[in-house]
Amino acid sequence: MIDSDIPVINSKILREKIQENSIRIVDVRRDQEYQQGHITNAVNLPLAKLLADDSPESIQKIAQDLGISDDTPAVIYDDTFGALSSRVVWALQYIGHKDVKLLDVTFSQWKELGYEISTEVPEIETATHSVKINSEIMATAEYLEKVKENKNVVIIDNRERLNYLEQHIPGAINIPYRTLSTDGKILRTKEGMKNLLKNRGISEDAEIITYCGSVGTLSGLAYYALKSIGVPNVKLYVHSFKEWKSLEKPIDKQENANYWDLSAE
Amino acid sequence: MAQQLRPSKPADKQPKIDWSRRQEAENFAETVKLFRQGKIDHDSFRRYRLQHGAYGTRMTDDYAMVRIKVPAGQIYPPQLEKIAQLSEMYSIGSAHFSTRENIQLHWVILEDVSEIMQSLADVGMTSREACGNTVRNVMCSPLSGVCKDEIFDATPYALAIARFMLRNPICQGLPRKFKFNFTCCEKHGMIRIVDVGLLPQIQEIDGEKRKGFKIFLGGGLGNRSFVGHQLEDFTPVEDLLYTSMAVIRIFDRMGDRKNLSRNRMRYLVNEMGWEKFQNLVLKERAIVKATQSVIVKLNIDDAINEIQRPISVTDESTSIPDGYARWQKTNVEKQSQSGFNSVFIGLEAGDITANQLRSVAEIIRDYSAEGFARNGFSQNIVIRYVHDDDLVSLYSKLLETGLAKSGSLTMASAVGCSGTTSCNLALTNSHRLAKEVQRKFLELNFDEDDDLKDSTIKISGCPNSCGQHQIATIGFYGGGGRHEANMFPNYTMSLGGKFDEDAMLGHHTARVPVKRIIPVILKIIELFKENKQPDDTLAKWIDRVVKGNESSKITGVEDIKKEIAPLIAPPKIEDEPDFYMDYGSDTNYHTVTGKGECAA
Repeated sequence: MIDSDIPVINSKILREKIQENSIRIVDVRRDQEYQQGHITNAVNLPLAKLLADDSPESIQKIAQDLGISDDTPAVIYDDTFGALSSRVVWALQYIGHKDVKLLDVTFSQWKELGYEISTEVPEIETATHSVKINSEIMATAEYLEKVKENKNVVIIDNRERLNYLEQHIPGAINIPYRTLSTDGKILRTKEGMKNLLKNRGISEDAEIITYCGSVGTLSGLAYYALKSIGVPNVKLYVHSFKEWKSLEKPIDKQENANYWDLSAE
Repeated sequence: MAQQLRPSKPADKQPKIDWSRRQEAENFAETVKLFRQGKIDHDSFRRYRLQHGAYGTRMTDDYAMVRIKVPAGQIYPPQLEKIAQLSEMYSIGSAHFSTRENIQLHWVILEDVSEIMQSLADVGMTSREACGNTVRNVMCSPLSGVCKDEIFDATPYALAIARFMLRNPICQGLPRKFKFNFTCCEKHGMIRIVDVGLLPQIQEIDGEKRKGFKIFLGGGLGNRSFVGHQLEDFTPVEDLLYTSMAVIRIFDRMGDRKNLSRNRMRYLVNEMGWEKFQNLVLKERAIVKATQSVIVKLNIDDAINEIQRPISVTDESTSIPDGYARWQKTNVEKQSQSGFNSVFIGLEAGDITANQLRSVAEIIRDYSAEGFARNGFSQNIVIRYVHDDDLVSLYSKLLETGLAKSGSLTMASAVGCSGTTSCNLALTNSHRLAKEVQRKFLELNFDEDDDLKDSTIKISGCPNSCGQHQIATIGFYGGGGRHEANMFPNYTMSLGGKFDEDAMLGHHTARVPVKRIIPVILKIIELFKENKQPDDTLAKWIDRVVKGNESSKITGVEDIKKEIAPLIAPPKIEDEPDFYMDYGSDTNYHTVTGKGECAA
């Protein structure tokens, strides 16, 4: 479809291609929200459905039911700053889908741009999709524990700062998910993203593993923020900190300070 | 109220002055790198970091607090929105309004500070010289320009001084920090507790009315506090800059550069004696005037701000929400301009979420006829030029965003420094304590009690004075206490502090364990209620008590001590483990205190 190394599609380009009808656009908001209006020609996959069972077989069935075959270009969007759609893009890539992209804006931003929306639900013709696991992009707890001391490995925690201060995987650095976006786009500019890494002293040649609270949404967005500037070796620790804790793996915290009391929440 | 035809919402008011310099952000990023590589030593880096407004953070070198200067407290909607975004990206999702009209972002990763500086430059803001041995944020009363008791609006002068001093070579290496406060009147400005405090005056000279100031020098709060001295009867505005430069030059030349704990200008004034210092300033001023190679002048912009009431969102059907009368009574000041009000938005110990900041920006646009807001002196925000007819609607908006707390102008809005939430020097969690006190006061409806209205509660987490405890009616500073083998947070309570024309530092009265502070305050209020004169306020009554002028059952501080003694005796740890823990902590106090600082 479009340059497949870049995981993001520009909203203006998508708008031009909507009518071609060769792209499968997937809206990952809740069914009710989808019914009230979505990008023209988009189909609905509530994220909860994918999270309920994210085994490769289940993802395969979901793809097939959405009419996505191995060769169908797909574009995913949400209204949650790109975190939910990132998780879906990642899942499809995990089962080996090659041509799937994030829309670079949220649904709200799409509407603000004045682009077409519709309440019409397109008919879906079921497709066939293979499963070729792309294990390169996934990190398990076991893997993370094994490599986390390696010099070339950087672990990034994408939760909010206070959650990170309170507890995190030892050695992880914190880039809150809000840092990853700019006004009007789900991701930073490439220059901005490169600059952030440069300031933090993170080499683009490092193996970078991202994680967040529980299901890999916020860290999914970070995964694609890194991919958008061409970082070659990124992995998503998809089951994230919730699993890490339940496995009773080691945890670090910022001691001797009552930072929570600074929050006005 | 009748719906009137009004002009549509005007375009955003733009800040008049751009305080930023973009290059500083890049330099900062480079300098952090050199520091991390060990190419800059710790002390040099620390000086540099502070000069650029990044303060150290408790028990770690990895984080900083970025203090954003807001000269004269003037803050514009796009600036609030930018800070909201930055707090989510690089801080904790909340920002903090300080007692010196700064806005602080805490727990920022040192490597991200330069990104914040870049973004601040987008909205004309800076953190430059917000910390370190510099001229700190120049303050101006949030009511300057609208106060009923003011002689003229000092704001243009405050901004001009801020502009002159920022990045000026004469104040890049002072012995210690240096503070200016401008005010509208004695009541609103805290002019006697800073290095230079300025009160507008008009004097008739040769039949001509001339603007000028009463200038107070050498005041300040800290481990040792002093009240400022009045330099002369009247200083005309033409001499404002020369006087300021003269004072700074003397301090720069003669201030103590060795003894870090005693090098604020007030110590110099105290050691030299006021008269000598005063003569020196007057002489120095003459030299400054006489030796200017080019004429140095303040850039005073006293163009009148455009006042245009935004399109009203108020209509006749607006019903009055619950709590409005209480809020209106305790948060709104009538302005000298008829029909307009200044609305104080109270924040718990100065904290505000990113979304609340965005709401405040929107509320300013919708309701303030001047189009910007002012940071207050008590960790609060003041939205001015709100029309009488719009108050109910504005209150409804504040309710929606959780900012409609009553009591901003009363004793209920306790001030608390950041304490152990982020500060390296802190011994106790004064920040949370201030929130607890405020919640209790509001629960008890104390904000509605006129007897308590002119009193204040201010709390610092250590003997230094970020919480300004010495000028509170009831003030506290944190420390450690010990009972048998166990430590507990123990605050020193002072009574009767004031910052108006009778400025006085609070009288140390007793040490109060943290978990007894609320009961002790309640006990003092109870004693006041039992013994007060009909038209007394708590502040007046405490003033008589600390001066030994009270003739009721309570004749002096000793009697207060006796009355609270049973409340402050430490229980056995087995009987009340909570007594030995600070707020916000579930472990025994001494385990969470920094090494060696308990002894201080």
